[in-house]
Amino acid sequence: MKPDSPFREIDPETDRVTVRFGSSELSLPRGENLAGALLVAGVMPFRHTPLSGAPRGPFCMMGACYDCLVEIDGINRQACMLQVTEGLQIERPSINRAIKGAGNA
Amino acid sequence: MHSADLIVIGAGPAGMSAARRAAGSGLSVLLLDEQPTPGGQIYRDVDRASKTRGAILGSDFTDGRALTRGLAHENITHLRGAVVWQIEEATRVNFTRNGKAELAEGRRILLATGALERPMPVPGWTLPGVMTAGAAQIMLKQSDIACERAVLVGSGPLLYLVATQMVRAGVPPLALVETQTKADLARSLRHLGGALRGWPYLLKGLRMLWELRRAGITRHVGASDIAVEGDRNASGVTFRVGGIGHRIACDTVLLHHGVVPNTQAARSIDIPHRWDDAQGCFAPECDEWGRTAVSTVFIAGDGAGIGGARAAALAGEISALEIARDLGRMTEEERDAEARPLRSGLGAERAARPFIDSAYPPYPGALAPADDTIVCRCEEVTAGDIRRTAGLGCLGPNQAKAFVRAGMGPCQGRYCGLSVTRILSDMNGIPPDATGYYRIRPPLKPVTLGEIAALAEHETVEVGK
Ligand SMILES: Cc1cc2nc3c(=O)[nH]c(=O)nc-3n(C[C@H](O)[C@H](O)[C@H](O)COP(=O)(O)OP(=O)(O)OC[C@H]3O[C@@H](n4cnc5c(N)ncnc54)[C@H](O)[C@@H]3O)c2cc1C
Ligand code: FES
Repeated sequence: MKPDSPFREIDPETDRVTVRFGSSELSLPRGENLAGALLVAGVMPFRHTPLSGAPRGPFCMMGACYDCLVEIDGINRQACMLQVTEGLQIERPSINRAIKGAGNA
Repeated sequence: MHSADLIVIGAGPAGMSAARRAAGSGLSVLLLDEQPTPGGQIYRDVDRASKTRGAILGSDFTDGRALTRGLAHENITHLRGAVVWQIEEATRVNFTRNGKAELAEGRRILLATGALERPMPVPGWTLPGVMTAGAAQIMLKQSDIACERAVLVGSGPLLYLVATQMVRAGVPPLALVETQTKADLARSLRHLGGALRGWPYLLKGLRMLWELRRAGITRHVGASDIAVEGDRNASGVTFRVGGIGHRIACDTVLLHHGVVPNTQAARSIDIPHRWDDAQGCFAPECDEWGRTAVSTVFIAGDGAGIGGARAAALAGEISALEIARDLGRMTEEERDAEARPLRSGLGAERAARPFIDSAYPPYPGALAPADDTIVCRCEEVTAGDIRRTAGLGCLGPNQAKAFVRAGMGPCQGRYCGLSVTRILSDMNGIPPDATGYYRIRPPLKPVTLGEIAALAEHETVEVGK
């Protein structure tokens, strides 16, 4: 994606796997934090707010703010709490489901 | 179902040292943490850190390996990636691991869930590219990722620490925009006596400032009127110092003005909290062993009140001693004898705290945000919306929540609760204690029906002996 991401891997990991984000294929470092890896790959924003549609991206990186939500297998999950694994299929959360979290209605 | 004498929630310094001490006294311990590796916030992923990363992060970071090594004890079962979402009847803990809900039963529970960074609502803080300074540090610790063209904004020792770590990583911040003033420093001097007792912290602080100066990092001290600019992404920070306006163009903005106890788990089981004026936050009520009003539940570490990593580790051990006594593993005399040196260590650790707290107070502009600044990130509720609820007669956060949905999103008020309490308290002229805080109800973290369904097929697993 965008090569001009302000997030940079200091010592790039050589063991990489392919994941899909929306319609793009990304090569990400295996086992690393998913939110961090997506930021380095230039993914931004991660989601849009259900209310105003404002763009959002990771804020706390410790599982507290939920601004890093992405949709994996139909479930909204915190990217900062996941690790990069081969073949992940990631989508931006569909707007009306984003805030409801993972079934926590 | 898992069962153990003691369930520890949180594998930071407090939880790890408590687990080890309890295990050493013969208790079986189940240690749960949502992270894939032990360490907590300060020692995040310390076991995986390479030599270079260790050098960037410093020995205060790599020291954490002593604690993670301590977890290799036959009485300790550490479940990684275990997200705790409910505590029932003060002895049962529900958590999710690998997409499945599991249940654990413990005779005692220790909450060691640590701290959160204090919410810092300034205009533009919800834009992509704005993160907490702690978030930038987590990326550095866990994944070797640096934020380029970053400005650090706020106050406190962690701001300096993250700045020096970025310098050492070869990706220095563009500048520090610091909100503490000369008047704050003057006020803090009356705590200098205590600070001198905690001299290693002062020395560390001076070293960090010297390192930043040598690296040529500009520090704007006494900043106010802070705002983040940007349309789709942060593109600059504006602020005023001594009446003069400044603008720094940047790609990332890292906010931080202190840490506050993460009280979600304690509140979910109705443990009483009190307002701590010096630290500007709520802390759970605990006795000198960390025991709460719920007699089987203890709290240790930053979750009980901010004291830092070493204090957290000592407090964890102190709680473990009382739990061991409580469960008949030692006498009162043995407990007191073992606790004595730990308590004196704790006193020394806490000595510098009043100085640090008053020299680096929270940014006033974020405690009383402008009306159009978003306070609740999840539901996009502004400070003005909250103030209007006060006009409608709302005295506390739960009433305000009913009117404007603040705190109803998935973060459950983690990043707006303190702001909402403070705004209502100011508006109504009622102290924070009387204003209160959101009522927190389980699940603490979203859990799916599929995950809960898996609970039905549980089997009994005995932890330790
Ligand atoms: C982002 C951040 C960075 C920090 N960096 C530093 C630093 O570099 N140096 C320093 O001196 N201090 C730092 N601090 C201050 C820090 O709070 C203390 O120094 C120290 O980490 C406190 O130890 P603790 O054991 O009380 O809690 P923590 O170390 O915070 O550990 C708490 C643990 O509980 C787990 N947890 C919380 N809720 C749940 C749940 N529901 N289910 C399962 N697990 C859960 C968390 O995953 C975490 O691992 C930082 C604080 C934050 C918030
Ligand atoms: S970045 Fe805050 S929850 Fe993931």
